Amino acid sequence: MKTLLATLALTTALTLPGLALARPVTLTTTLTNYGGDGAYLAFYVTDASGAYAGSLWMAGGRSRYYTHLSDWHRATAGDTAQIDGITGASVGAGRTLEITLDLADALFDAGYTLRIDAAVEDMRDSPNEVSVPLTTDGAGTAVSGRRYIADFTYDM
Amino acid sequence: MIRALHRWPGILAAALLIVMTLSGAALSVFPAADRLTAPQAETGQSVATLAARIQTAFPGVEQIRRSPSGRITAYWFVDGAPGAAVIDPATGEGVGSADPNPVERWLTNLHRSLFLGDGGRIAMALGAAAMLILAISGSVLVARRAGGWRRWFAPLRGPLSGKLHVEIARLAVPGLALSSLTALWMSAATFGLIPIAESAPAFPSEVSGETGVPILSIDLLARTQVAALRELNFPYPGDTTDVFTLKTDQGTGYSDQGTGASLGWTDLTGWERVSETIYMLHTGQGAALLGVVLGLMALGVPILATTGLLVWLAGRRSRPRIKGNQPAARAETILLVGSEGGSTWGFAATLHRALSSAGQTVHVAPMSGFDPALHGMAQRFIVLAATYGDGDAPETAKGFIERLKTLATVPAAPLAVLGFGDRGYPDYCGFAQRVADMAETQGWDMLLPFDTINRQSPHDFARWGRGLGEALGIDLELDHQPVLPVTETLTLVSRRDYGAEMQAPTSILRFALPRVTVWKRLTGQGFARFEAGDLLGIVPIGSTIPRLYSLASDWRDGFIEIVVKRQPSGLCSAQLTQLAPGDTALGYVRHNPGFKPGKGRAPLILIGAGTGIGPLAGFIRGNKKRRPIHLFFGMRHLQNDFLYGEELSNWQAKGYLTRLDTAVSRADTPSYVQDALRAERGEVARLIRDGARIMVCGGRGMAAGVTEALAEILSPMGLTPQALRAGGRYVEDVY
Repeated sequence: MKTLLATLALTTALTLPGLALARPVTLTTTLTNYGGDGAYLAFYVTDASGAYAGSLWMAGGRSRYYTHLSDWHRATAGDTAQIDGITGASVGAGRTLEITLDLADALFDAGYTLRIDAAVEDMRDSPNEVSVPLTTDGAGTAVSGRRYIADFTYDM
Repeated sequence: MIRALHRWPGILAAALLIVMTLSGAALSVFPAADRLTAPQAETGQSVATLAARIQTAFPGVEQIRRSPSGRITAYWFVDGAPGAAVIDPATGEGVGSADPNPVERWLTNLHRSLFLGDGGRIAMALGAAAMLILAISGSVLVARRAGGWRRWFAPLRGPLSGKLHVEIARLAVPGLALSSLTALWMSAATFGLIPIAESAPAFPSEVSGETGVPILSIDLLARTQVAALRELNFPYPGDTTDVFTLKTDQGTGYSDQGTGASLGWTDLTGWERVSETIYMLHTGQGAALLGVVLGLMALGVPILATTGLLVWLAGRRSRPRIKGNQPAARAETILLVGSEGGSTWGFAATLHRALSSAGQTVHVAPMSGFDPALHGMAQRFIVLAATYGDGDAPETAKGFIERLKTLATVPAAPLAVLGFGDRGYPDYCGFAQRVADMAETQGWDMLLPFDTINRQSPHDFARWGRGLGEALGIDLELDHQPVLPVTETLTLVSRRDYGAEMQAPTSILRFALPRVTVWKRLTGQGFARFEAGDLLGIVPIGSTIPRLYSLASDWRDGFIEIVVKRQPSGLCSAQLTQLAPGDTALGYVRHNPGFKPGKGRAPLILIGAGTGIGPLAGFIRGNKKRRPIHLFFGMRHLQNDFLYGEELSNWQAKGYLTRLDTAVSRADTPSYVQDALRAERGEVARLIRDGARIMVCGGRGMAAGVTEALAEILSPMGLTPQALRAGGRYVEDVY
């Protein structure tokens, strides 16, 4: 499987008040060969009550397609300020996206959930493609997505 | 200026435009195919009915989409596994795969970005801009060439590649302009240069918190017809805060999943409507027929690119470099050139060479850059000007007359104007004549009276040169050798001789068609394509100057035929009339679009004398459609030089020739062809009233007599030969 590497070190990916300590976390996302154009992926976090907490990464640069990432779009009302500086290219079928960012310690083992919405041109929208609780124990465990993501792992 | 705006974008973008238009044309087929194959909803069917049927068939349905072609696709999850299908709206059942067509996807990516991401998108946007510039500048050029916008579809003359270029362009240009404009809009939208206003209403903050309303009782869905549907999203299972989201061609709205109540609606913004219309106009999605038409028009571009490059190369080849051109400020003789195809530059080069070797300092420049202040040392100005269209300025003479008109004082150095043209066209040397008239109005002294060169004749040019030499007090011999066309060896297959008893030997010579290469066939060069009325150039042994003979056959006839009369001291005619079958001569085709019968059913009046029968006989031989043709043929002696006598009676029997009138000059009662015309004045007048086209071929004296006779016949009808000539209904090929 080809690896498209987008290794990034971000100082503060998710700014929440009073969360000073952070650690580098690597998100590895491998797509299936779904037979379409590059996928748009929105990585974001919701809190224990399901409310939007912040965005981690947006793969795909054209904001007019963001409505197809419908859960993310519903949570942020399409506000591109949420992804300023954390936007990259869309990810081709069968490829792997690897992102390293500094995530606040307080996000782990506190009921937060990492979510990925996915969309591909002329194919189905897949909000809630991946939904995985952020726990220290869960790090390194691969989960598969509903339609486009073959497996997703976060490593600390 | 306009021409440069057409030439350079065309040359630079040719390859890109070919890829763009071929892929675009291929893509245009898909919306039409979709429209024909996708099962369509019956009129009046509501979204609620459709959604309910699909939910019965696929209980895990999440989303329903309807494409502009009417194809409905449903997406669902069953036990965590995703599924999708094209839906028959009558049953809600799946009838086909919803996977995107890989060919269409490949073509789309090629068409919009050459598989090169944003860099490729920018390249394609530049290509679209080039196409728009080409469409606009090309339209201006077509209008200028035809003689005005109202004559957009006027018949064309000229070599095949140029003709084909304009023929296709004027059909395709509306589509190409539309496609390139919409492409530029879409590129601007993609790169965020055009604001796309968000029109989705705020997501409802208050919902009933209940679930499970039957779809058929959701008011918004029941009120919306399938024809208006874009997308319907079902609430996410288990999420009580979620809602039904409906997008239509009017806007977006939400419905409660517990009560079915409407929770907000927003109309599309004006920008969105404009964007959607432009998307439809570009892709043909939702307007399949338009898409196919645009695709067909796009197919013209590869041909336009090829013929355009051929026209450009031909123009470049024919324009010689002027060796030893003196600086504008120091030269005593200033040659100003107004050339369209480049052949006038050849004459300028010859004149430059001859004057320079006679010790003159000569500067050659295009007429368009004319400024007397540049030529402080000028002793004389010589204008060599061709004509474009109906007496318009040729390419390198644009703005000359306007400039001349506004000059406060004309130069003291005298002027000579020489026009280049073709007598077969209306308004012969019209532009050069206007230049001479304007110079006279402005009080510019004339070095020589206005003169003209017919059909690039080296003889006319040499004659004019002698006059110029006299005026300058030098011995000036202009030996103009036009860049010789590539000749081919022609083998005589048969000859028929006439007139030997009259001391006027005349022969009908028939040569075999030389072998034609595939390339020549494709580009219409050489002997691949010629018609009766075109000219056969023969380069006689011991000379470099070709002689031209009117062709009496068509390439489809499978032979090359001319009629040659032996001239008392003619080099070429002597050689030709001595050929025996099996002997060879060197020849080439020169097209003569001004002397063609044209298409249509209008009657033809053909008038010829002596060897002038040649092309006329060719027209009759090719008249398989039996268009009415009345031939007037003048000869000296009925027994000795009735050229084509036998064929003419055969053609009459077959219906190719309606009527033949002959005039015999050496008879008991001598008669000339103009007398035959007068004798038939009633019939001639009737044919002209029916829209007849008159074609005259033969000697200059005969043609003048014919014009006179026609003037008499036409005057009771309130017409003149000039009026017919201007309308293209009276053409001559005289020598």
